[in-house]
Amino acid sequence: MPIIDANRALRWIAKPLVFLLGLLPVAWLFAGLADWPAASLGANPVEKIQDTLGIWGLRFLLVTLAVTPLRDWTGWIRLLAFRRMLGLFAFFYISLHFLFYLFVDQGLDWRLLLEDIAKRPYITAGFTALLLLVPLAATSTKRAMRRMGRRWQRLHRLVYPATILGCTHFWWQVKADIREPLIYALVLVTLLGWRWYRHRQRGSAQGPGRYLAPAVR
Amino acid sequence: MSSNTKIRPSEITPESVYRGRREFLAGLAGLGAAAALSPPALAEQVMSVALIERLQYQRNARYSTAEAANSLADITGYNNFYEFGTGKDDPARHARSLRPRPWSVVVDGECELKGRYALEDLLKPHALEERIYRLRCVEAWSMVIPWIGFPLGELVKRFKPTSRAKYVEFTTLMDPKQMPGQRFAVLDWPYVEGLRMDEAMHPLAILAVGLYGQALPNQNGAPLRLVVPWKYGFKSIKSIVRIRFTERMPATSWALSAPREYGFYANVNPEVDHPRWSQKRERRIGSGSLLSRQPTQKFNGYAPEVADLYTGMDLARNF
Repeated sequence: MPIIDANRALRWIAKPLVFLLGLLPVAWLFAGLADWPAASLGANPVEKIQDTLGIWGLRFLLVTLAVTPLRDWTGWIRLLAFRRMLGLFAFFYISLHFLFYLFVDQGLDWRLLLEDIAKRPYITAGFTALLLLVPLAATSTKRAMRRMGRRWQRLHRLVYPATILGCTHFWWQVKADIREPLIYALVLVTLLGWRWYRHRQRGSAQGPGRYLAPAVR
Repeated sequence: MSSNTKIRPSEITPESVYRGRREFLAGLAGLGAAAALSPPALAEQVMSVALIERLQYQRNARYSTAEAANSLADITGYNNFYEFGTGKDDPARHARSLRPRPWSVVVDGECELKGRYALEDLLKPHALEERIYRLRCVEAWSMVIPWIGFPLGELVKRFKPTSRAKYVEFTTLMDPKQMPGQRFAVLDWPYVEGLRMDEAMHPLAILAVGLYGQALPNQNGAPLRLVVPWKYGFKSIKSIVRIRFTERMPATSWALSAPREYGFYANVNPEVDHPRWSQKRERRIGSGSLLSRQPTQKFNGYAPEVADLYTGMDLARNF
């Protein structure tokens, strides 16, 4: 019965734990808003909250993309069980990032907002990334997976352009010090490069979907 | 306080040092080693440090805004000073490695009285004033800061610039040991800024040596910095070691780094956006409400005083 035990541990311990960990960044922001000194938001809380939500969105996207390579390197198949939650956390933080920008940073000034989206390439990139993630979040249920079949895989490959756009969005707003966005870009290039390598190694017989998108059962 | 006048400015203890000294003394006391120093001696030391820290100055009401000044914590905790790192809190954390005393400034180029001047000789003839200025960063945030300083034009005149002097170029200290951020080529160090001669002579342009009545904290550009309130903050170069008069427009750091985004003039202007973001509004740091962005004013609200400097100039081209 060890398999059942492992499944139970996954469902009742590991998953809730990862879920709570995923909420830590936003909990930390609330602690800052409640003036808890260790979590201080500094002199410019709007910027701090905005940046924190954005960077965690990007981190969760990259962690989500790391699940499949990690599974193959470690051989630990159960890692896949966390992928949907991690992807939804990415969507959660990126949505909050956008809503915060909309309601607080821009003060819901639609004219300025539309101008920003159209005229500022980094905002255009970030906004497009969010739009690409919406259908992925909407079809993240088991039912949608079953109903869509192979189309689900193809649709969920949108996570690649979304992450590329997310890294671009980060890079384009840095004034001069590109070291941090460079690290994120290198992680992304590694994760995509690994997929490309595996795909070539396997030959085209199996089709590109196998390593580019999660396998559907 | 009259004895203050005899103290040379370079003897003024920077805040980081006296803070450190206090921490050290407190540490001694805490360890029970206070017996080595009798309590009165300890108190005296702390007192004298606090006394010489104060600068002598008069408020210049004419050139001061009535807007509420930012807190010392905001002004010293949220800085762009890439020589100490590119994060807003990096300067506050890393600037203690800067040694602002002793300090000297090289004056050269198109002027008669070239030379290397000790900071105190540079400052001696000038009466210090407090000026509460708005500061608008090119990143669309702003603060209100009570600077202590004196008009740059008065200092410029002393060195007798020649008729060929059309610009003034300023250079920041270059020393990666004191300024760890210079170990990374984020910008082409040392930092260089400049003004046209008429801008430098304008009474609103000042050299600052303090804020909130005390010597400049390291992270704010100790011991000597420029403040040009109608231009974006990056024009107001910090920790100046060289002032050079030139015939040609100086090549300034940000304009070299990204010529499409930062120009030589860098006048605050809501009508000319940064290529990547809007300059129409700004977030006033420390304004309490999260929802407040206020409209940015042309020349940062100093248009009545400085707009004449730019008549006939296309400010969208000369951004």
